[in-house]
This record gives sequence, structure tokens and C-alpha cells, in this order.
Amino acid sequence: MIALLVLHAVVGLALVAGGRGLGRRCFGVAAVVPFVAFLWAALQTSDVFAGRIPVEHVEWVPRLGLSIYLRLDGFSLLFVLIVTGIGTLVMLYAGRYFSPDRAELHRLAGLLLVFTGAMLGIVVSGNLLFLFVAWEITSITSYLLIGWNDEDPKARASALQALLTTGAGGLAMLGGFVLIGQSAGTYDLLALAADPPTGTLVHVGLLLVLLGAFTKSAQFPFSAWLPGAMVAPTPVSAFLHSATMVEAGVYVIARFAPIFAVQGSWRPVVLTVGLVTMLTGGVRALRQHDLKRILAYGTISQLGFMVVLFGAGIPEATEAGVVLLFAHALFKAGLFLVVGVIDHEAHTRDIRALGRYGPGWAGPRLVAVVSGASMAGIPLMFGFIAKESAYTAWVHGEIFGSRVVLAGIVVGSVLTFAYTARLLLGAFRPGIPTEGLPEDPAVAIEAPPAPAVSFWLPAAVLGAVTLVLGVVPGLVSEFVEVATLSIDPSSEPTHLTLWHGFNAALVLSGVTVLLGVALTVAGPVVARFQQRLPRPLYGDVGYLGVIRGMNAVAKRTTGVVQSGSLPVYIGVILLTAVVVSGWALLQAPMPDLPPLTSGPGDWAAAALLVVGGIAAVVVRHRMAAVLCLGAVGYGMALVFVLQGAPDLALTQVCVDTIGAVIFVLVLRHLPTWFVERPTMTGRTFRLVVSALVGMFVFAFTIMAGYVRVDPSVSQAFLDRALGDGGGRNVVNVVLVDIRGFDTMGEITVLAVAAMGVYALARLSRRESRTERSFSPAPRRKPEREREESQP
Amino acid sequence: MRRSLILDVVVRLVFHSALLLGVFLLFTGHNRVGGGFVGGLVIGAAVALRYVAGGIDEVREALPVRPWTLLGAGMVTATMTALVPLLFGYQLMDHAKLDSDLGPFGVLHLNTALFFDVGVCLVVVGMVLLLLVAFGERLPLFGAPWKLRSGEDR
Repeated sequence: MIALLVLHAVVGLALVAGGRGLGRRCFGVAAVVPFVAFLWAALQTSDVFAGRIPVEHVEWVPRLGLSIYLRLDGFSLLFVLIVTGIGTLVMLYAGRYFSPDRAELHRLAGLLLVFTGAMLGIVVSGNLLFLFVAWEITSITSYLLIGWNDEDPKARASALQALLTTGAGGLAMLGGFVLIGQSAGTYDLLALAADPPTGTLVHVGLLLVLLGAFTKSAQFPFSAWLPGAMVAPTPVSAFLHSATMVEAGVYVIARFAPIFAVQGSWRPVVLTVGLVTMLTGGVRALRQHDLKRILAYGTISQLGFMVVLFGAGIPEATEAGVVLLFAHALFKAGLFLVVGVIDHEAHTRDIRALGRYGPGWAGPRLVAVVSGASMAGIPLMFGFIAKESAYTAWVHGEIFGSRVVLAGIVVGSVLTFAYTARLLLGAFRPGIPTEGLPEDPAVAIEAPPAPAVSFWLPAAVLGAVTLVLGVVPGLVSEFVEVATLSIDPSSEPTHLTLWHGFNAALVLSGVTVLLGVALTVAGPVVARFQQRLPRPLYGDVGYLGVIRGMNAVAKRTTGVVQSGSLPVYIGVILLTAVVVSGWALLQAPMPDLPPLTSGPGDWAAAALLVVGGIAAVVVRHRMAAVLCLGAVGYGMALVFVLQGAPDLALTQVCVDTIGAVIFVLVLRHLPTWFVERPTMTGRTFRLVVSALVGMFVFAFTIMAGYVRVDPSVSQAFLDRALGDGGGRNVVNVVLVDIRGFDTMGEITVLAVAAMGVYALARLSRRESRTERSFSPAPRRKPEREREESQP
Repeated sequence: MRRSLILDVVVRLVFHSALLLGVFLLFTGHNRVGGGFVGGLVIGAAVALRYVAGGIDEVREALPVRPWTLLGAGMVTATMTALVPLLFGYQLMDHAKLDSDLGPFGVLHLNTALFFDVGVCLVVVGMVLLLLVAFGERLPLFGAPWKLRSGEDR
């Protein structure tokens, strides 16, 4: 398994890095990898069914509890087969979808592969932390894939919205994992299931995990990013945003529900959010005119459905969830692929324009109808089996609120029927869905050319599977049972059959279809009614509000904290140092003062330091002040020499020399004289701060030398420099060997700071064109002339 | 502003000695006064002198490398020195010693820490150069433009 994950990542990155020359053939190369994974997973089926679960284990960061622990149980196997199977088909499809001369296809193919690998990582991981790592990789690759067409500002904005939403959720989820993992003492999913932790922290952690799952699976109120993500090329939408990535959240909920559903507020939260999502998604799908957006809102609705089924933690509902997950992946990916074919040939996805087709479209139309029928839950399709199981589960449901949930999913299914009808009628019947609204631009297009069979073949494969499994669900019955058992070992899965006898679920299915037909026939009326309704609070509004609010808070905070006044900054830094450390100093008794000087040289150095220091403050010529500072520096160098530290002295002299030159460079942009005179209060304040800092540093130096408890570490440095470090210059051995990492960090800071200074210098130069006070002398002249000419 | 002939000549005379001094400090640093940081600063000071005498063009002529290249090369050298011991099964940043007898020239104490110091030195020189380029390019010193190589005021 690890090998397969690595294979995806390596081939994917290789394609991104060096696949440019391959053009559209990249997809052919890329299709091989998920296909290999598909074959491998298919070969494991008999083992998994027999209970021999493939496991691989490699320690990564043992101290954090992070290990690569991969387990392929029934549910994981189902996911792996879906991801790799649809992945292979999508790759083949993409090879036909894009025109050969389209640039940057290698990046798309490579990223799709990396994503596939990460998605597989999520579903086979038995370790929460590794699951999170893979989870984040899917978020990032999703961002890059949505924004693949990076010249389109809309694509970039949508990509960012997706990343911010799922990324924020991912962070919350990591917090949740850590809370739960620390409470349980393990990040192993199996161990968690065997001995579930409890307590308030775990409840908070669960809510955080749910937050992550909801954002990823586009649940209310985080669903706005998914329709936006439809700007991505159709193969990406079909793969990531219908069948795989958005189901990652559902996957996590499915894994957690049997363990934690009874704890805290898990069940009410999950059921409420799932139902609201299912209904709002369905309602909003009915307003769309873009085929892909209808599908996107439909996906949101179906994801809500799955969240309801898996999140309840009831064995029967879980089994229904497994079937729905399977069916949804098949029909939604199929529908997306057909929509991509239509878009490719007709160059529009607007249902008001579509409807006329020439010969050769029977195949795609059939695939769409089969997939759509499955989505709507028509008998003989796999989706019908899923819906029947769901109804049955909730008819039997014994938890509080089962009836409400049942009513909710029935209404949701009616909506599903209606938007499926809108999709199919809109795409394939001319002229109908204009709805008589004034703003409808009913510009029907000419019949598009027939697509090549190989183009819609991947969609046909998915449609065929949907049909076969719908008629003979027994084929996958054992698979579904094993998958259900691996989610919840206490469940007693039932055999899937087409005909369950005449029961409540069948009646409800009939009611669903009838109401759906009614809603479709009444389509124009419903549309007019919807237009009159006040626009509900859409997720988009919430997202934009949060972003704007954050910007406003950041701006205000920056305005307060970063006043831009150097005296204020320095004052704050110095006062903090004095107050915080000075308070600690006051607690300790002051030791006896050491002898004032150790020789006549000290007097000279002290004189240089004091005179230079005072002069630097008093002098009003800028350059003179800098030179005075230089004198202070040389005075320090003298002190170092007297104390026997030639290395330090040499460095100090060099730094001061270069510092003076750099000062000269900067000073020529400033007035020659200090012109601003501080006010009386300002001056007093500065004096007080300076005096405090002076006293503090003095006291600190004395104190630091006298309160030593442990032997000085310098002795060890001296002892080991020659022996271990191989050098007689202890200072240098300390720098390059003993404390080499510090030096490493310092030169990094040096390099970064140098680049920062460069950027700042360049920036101020650009401003100097507009700001007169900063502009150098020769430039002033023309400006003055201009001023004079404009009295 | 006219270029000072005396300054010009003196700087040109001193420049190479200063460079040599910097390299000397860099190499003897492990056993005597010196080291990569000081060595880099001395070289940087020499370059700054060239700047004072003749402006940024003179610096470009004296050190025809881009500052970024120096910064990058320094970081890479230092990092590689830190990482290479891992390949031979030692700890990160372990240094090896190598003493070779060069006969009449004495004994050469080579320590791989020297390469780390070379990296430090390159970063320091790169930083000085970058600062000179950042603040010194194309702008006149004290408000008066140089007319370098335009010939009229020579």
C-alpha cells in the first residue's frame, strides 16, 4: 500500500516537473497508476472478505504518535476501488476532453495523480495523524486543481475560497484529533474504537472533527465553495468534487459515528446539519441554469444525505450509507462526464440554450438518463436500492427524532427527483425551462456535432455498472456487508435485493416519485414562487463576511499596534525589557560592586564611550552623530582588546566601519540636520527611559556575574575546543562547531534580513517619485518649476 | 563631485591587501584570531572602500558577482557542510580533522569546519554587497551626482 501511495506521488510529481513535452498524452501515463492500484485492490478482495485484512506499518514520528499505519478493511477497500476506478476513467476521459495544444496539461495530470495518492492515504490510514496529513494534501491539490487555469481571476478566487474553507476546517480537525488522541492516549483508529475516550475534552474534540468533515464535505453552512469549484475543468469536478474528495468528510464521519455517536451532541449536530444541507442543496439546485452547478448543488444535497445516514451511528443506516456512497460515486461521476461531453461539443452548459442534438447523441443521452434515474431513485437503478435501504433504516429507526429525519430525507429525495428532472429535461429537451422569466436569455444554439464514442465511453462504463448493480444488487451484496461490518462490527447487515416486498419503504419510494413528478410539472410555478422568496443567507455571503471582517480586524489591529513611529517601537521594546526583567532583579539582593577598573586603559576606553555617547545625543548634525556612534563602537572594541578578546574587537571594528559606510548611504536621503525637536514631555520621557535602561543594564551585568549557581559552561568550551573541536581559537570553535546550529540560524537571519532591507530600499525608492520629501535633489527642480507654473 | 585621485589610488592599493587579509582571517580562524564572520566583514569593508572611492560601478567591477548569488552560495555551502556528515553516518554538523605534513611549509591543519566558515563568510560578503546595491545604486552621494566614465569632469 505504501508503495502504491509513493508511486502516485512520484509519478504525479514527475509529470508536474517534466511532463511538459508529453502534452495531452500525460493523461495516458497518469491513467496507468490508478489502474495498477485498482487491480491490486481488486486482487485483495477475497482476502478482505475472508477477514485477512492487509496491514502495513512504518513508524514516522513515534514520539508524536504519528505512524504510517495502513489498513485495508472492507470500507477502505470500497473507497479505494471507487477512487482508483473513477480515477482511471477520468484520466482516460481527460485525455480526450482537452485539446492537444492546451498548455499546462502535464501539471493537471500530475496534480490529479498526487491527489489520488493522498485520497487513498485518507481511506487506508489507521492513524488519525497520518489521515490528517493526507487530508491536507487533498486540500492543497484541490486548491491547485481548481485554480489550474491561473489566468482566470474567478478560478483563482474560487480556489482560494475552497482552500480557506477546507483549510480552516482541516485545522479545526487537527485540533479535534489531538484532543481525542491525547484523551485516549492513542491515535490508532482501532484502539479508539476498542476503548473510546469520554469527557468534555473529547466532546469538544468531536465537534472540531465534525467542523473539519463538514467543510470538506461542503455541509451547511460551509457549502459555498463547492459550486464555486465548478470553474475547474470538468474532469477535475467529476473526480474531486463529486466522487472522491468531498466524500472524505463523509468517510471520517462514518469512521467516527459508531464509536462516538452516543457521546455529547454528536447525533443532534450531525443529523441537523446533514438534513439542512440535503434540503437547502436540493432547493438551490432547482434554481440553477448551469448544468455543472445543478450537479454541484445536487452533490451538496447528496452529501447531506450521506452525513445523515453515516452520522447517526445506527447499523442499518450505516449500511444504507455504504450503498448510497457507492451508488452516488457511480451516477454523479457519470453525469459529470456526460455534462463535460455536452460542454465540449456545444460550448455551453446553460439549460436554456441546450436541447437540440444531431445524430450520434443517443449514447450520451442514454448514459445521462440511466445515471440520472439512479440519482432520482427510480427502480432498476442502483440509486433506488440505496434510497430503499435508507428509508427502511429510518422507518425502523428507534432513536429520538427518527420520524423527523425520515420526513426530511423523503422531502430531500423529492427535491432530488425534481432537480434530476430539471437537469435531464434542461439538457436534452429544447425550449422548456425558460420558465417565462423576464431575464431569461432564451438563445437556443444549433445542434452540436456528435461526440466520438471513445470520448463518452468512460461515462458509459459508469452508467453500465449503475444499471447492472441496480438490476442484480446481489453482485455487491457481500461487499456491502463486509464494508458495513468493518465500519461497525456490531451491525447485522442484510442481503441487498431488488424486491423487499410490499412495505413502508416501497410506499415512500412511490410517494417520492409522485411528488417529484408533481414538482417537475409545476416547475415554472415553483420557479416564480422561488423568485419571490427573500434570498436566504447564502454561504457565499457568510464566507465574504468572514473574510472582510478578518481584514477589517487585521487592519485595525495593525493600525493600533504598528504606529510606524520608531521612537514608540524602541520605547516599547526597551520598557518591556526593563520592567519585566528589572522586576525580577529587584527581588534579589544586590551584590558588592566589583573593582571599578582593572587598569589605566579602562579609563581611556570609558572616556571614549562616555564622550562618544553623549556627543551622539547632543550633536545636531546627522553625519556627526553617526561618527560619534562609531566612536562608541571603537571604544567597545578597545574594551574587548583590554579584556583579551581580539576576535570580538576585530569584529566590532569591522562592523562599525561598514556600518558607517551604510549610514552614509542612507543619510543622504535625509536632511543634514536633525530638524524635529521633541516636545518637553517627549524629551523627558526619552530621558527617563534612557536612564532606566542604563541603570537596568548596569545592575543586570553586575548581577549576572555574581549570582552564578552552576559552574560556567565556558570552562567546558575551553576544555573541549582543542580536543573535540580541533581548534585553538575557542571563539571560532564555538561558532562553527559547538554552537554551529546557532551560527546556521544567524546566517539565515542575516541573509533574510539583507533581502528584506533590499526590498525596503527599493520600495522607498519607488515612493520617492511621488513623495517630495524623499526625492533626491536633482529631481526636485522640475517639480518646483511645475508648482510655480500652477499658481 | 570630482573623484579624489589620492583616495582612488590608495583604495586600489589597499583593496587587494584587504581582500587577502580577509581570506587569511578566514583560513587561520580556527586556531588564531579570525574566522568566517570577521573575514567576511574585512572583505566587505574592502568592497565598501571601493564604493566610497568610485561608487557602485567600481564595486561591480571589483566584485563582478550578484549579491544574491553570494548569499545563496553561502547558505548552500554552510548547509551542505552540516548535512554531509550524515551521509557517512556521523551526526549533523560533525567536523572531521585532517593534518598533513607539507615539509618545509609546516603542517596543514585542515578541519572541515573551514567549509562552514567559508559559507558564513560568503553570506556576510553577500549581505554587505546587497546593502551597497540597495542603497548605493544610481543615487548620488550627498545630493551631488557622480558622472562616472562620462569623462567630462575628469
